[in-house]
Amino acid sequence: MRLISGQAIYVMWLRDVKRFTRARSRLIGNIVQPFFFLAILGFGLSSAAFPGIPSGFQFVDFLTPGIVAMAVLFSSIFAGVSVLWDKQFGFLQEVLVAPVSRLSIVLGRTLGGATTALIQGFIILGIASALSVRLKPLGLLLGIVFMVLIAFTAVGFGLIVASQMEDFHGFQLIMNLLVFPLFFTSSAVYPLEGLPAWLRTIAYLNPLTYGVDGLRESLIGFSSIPIEIDLTILIGVCAVMLTVGSYLFGRSEA
Amino acid sequence: MNEDLVIEARGLTKVFDNSFKAVDEVSFEVKRREIFGFLGPNGAGKTTTIKMLSTLLKPTAGTASIDFHSITSDADGVRRSIGIVFQDPALDDELTGRENLDFHARMYGMSGGQRKERIAEVLRLTDLEDRADVQVKKYSSGMKRRLEIARGLMHYPKVLFLDEPTLGLDAQTRRTIWDYILKLNREEDVTIFLTTHYMEEADLLCDRVAIIDHGRIIVLDTPENLKSSIGSDMITLECSDPERLSKRLRSEEWVENLKVHSPTMIIGLRHSEEKIPEIVDIAREVGVKVRSITTRKPTLEDVFLYFTGRQIRESEATPVERIRTMRMRTARRR
Repeated sequence: MRLISGQAIYVMWLRDVKRFTRARSRLIGNIVQPFFFLAILGFGLSSAAFPGIPSGFQFVDFLTPGIVAMAVLFSSIFAGVSVLWDKQFGFLQEVLVAPVSRLSIVLGRTLGGATTALIQGFIILGIASALSVRLKPLGLLLGIVFMVLIAFTAVGFGLIVASQMEDFHGFQLIMNLLVFPLFFTSSAVYPLEGLPAWLRTIAYLNPLTYGVDGLRESLIGFSSIPIEIDLTILIGVCAVMLTVGSYLFGRSEA
Repeated sequence: MNEDLVIEARGLTKVFDNSFKAVDEVSFEVKRREIFGFLGPNGAGKTTTIKMLSTLLKPTAGTASIDFHSITSDADGVRRSIGIVFQDPALDDELTGRENLDFHARMYGMSGGQRKERIAEVLRLTDLEDRADVQVKKYSSGMKRRLEIARGLMHYPKVLFLDEPTLGLDAQTRRTIWDYILKLNREEDVTIFLTTHYMEEADLLCDRVAIIDHGRIIVLDTPENLKSSIGSDMITLECSDPERLSKRLRSEEWVENLKVHSPTMIIGLRHSEEKIPEIVDIAREVGVKVRSITTRKPTLEDVFLYFTGRQIRESEATPVERIRTMRMRTARRR
């Protein structure tokens, strides 16, 4: 059995994209929630003064990369955890009994999850520019790199979570206990500069902080941490998550 | 190496973590192009056996080969040689029937031209051409089962596994699925290994049946041989002391087979109607009180009953309830 089968990766990816475009309600939910965050939080806090936002930038400019990261994070974790859906609905057996390596399956699923997450990230960026957020056109390329890294890390994380759960019942718990704190301590909604020391320590321990910060540097043009550090740390975490996630998925039985 | 055998299992055993022995040293052979069945109650180890044969579970001990590929050392070869219809539906509801087939074909590395041709073929075989481009969530349960059978055949497998192929289907749909199974066994060059707890299903479809209980094969033969092994007729009798009565009955030369599962006794014999009065007389003679006595032609269900003392479907029912259902069934038949 070849370790990497292009056709299997492609068809796993294709399935995720097709399912994504067909699940209208999920798509709408995934867009409406970040839109509210962006519009209401962004303009509701527009008159608040935060240290760490350079003059000439609005709070909504600061917030946009954070909300893009949120959309990518939630959607990718869901993609990873959706292994559990397939288990529940039996489809996982069809996948596991095929003459295809587990690595190809994980790669296809990761690419599929990242693709749908990026589509959502771009929709947020579209909404943001409609809300007159100034984006750096050239920064978009580097922004995509960060989005992909966040997505891969989150899919890997989702696979790890899925391997520890029997069914979907614990999913809400995971979201509340892990994913929301991860999001709120990541400098996505407020700058690191004004934080009390304990919260700043947590933020520095949170890998998502580096994703959000890098995304902010590339898309908007300012950040708290040098972008090389953001990139290095994120690549490291991403590699660990994907490796552990693939390993645990490889051991799963239908 | 015997060319006529497509599955050879030797001492296949699966012990789960909680030390439950689901499959206990099972050995059997399946001939090329036959329909081979595992008949037994729920929890007998049928699905676990299929999961081991299809490389989804590793056996604790023993081994098996499928089309000369070992399930322990050549999982990839085995996977290419088999198609499976799982007990629970394993389709993607959001995709159409055609997309489900295409997904499968790509996972098995089929080329574009091959895929198109074969998808049309299996859709025709299962009469799903009209519904091919509809999302599977709009299918009926019978159509889903047919689509799964079509998918299992996509990559020209040597063996098609069907795990409880008609579980949860109504009587009419069940009959349709049986027709498709017989048809594809005729038209496609494929061996079928199925599991079931419906004795009619095993009787109608299978060339050979292995009756399995508590992870062990009890008997294995053609349905006809299994049934006639009891006798041309059988009597089920419930009485106050089956042990004492059986001792006396065994000395009669017309008793071909006799087994006691207290408080009942199963007797295989010829011309049972004529022997009933004689049995009642003998019982009275040895002072045993007969509570009920029924007779009929043996079915596969009775073969299971004969060897285990339990019925396949009502294995949890009390003996009295069992006798009652038997009586009702016999009454209906006359």
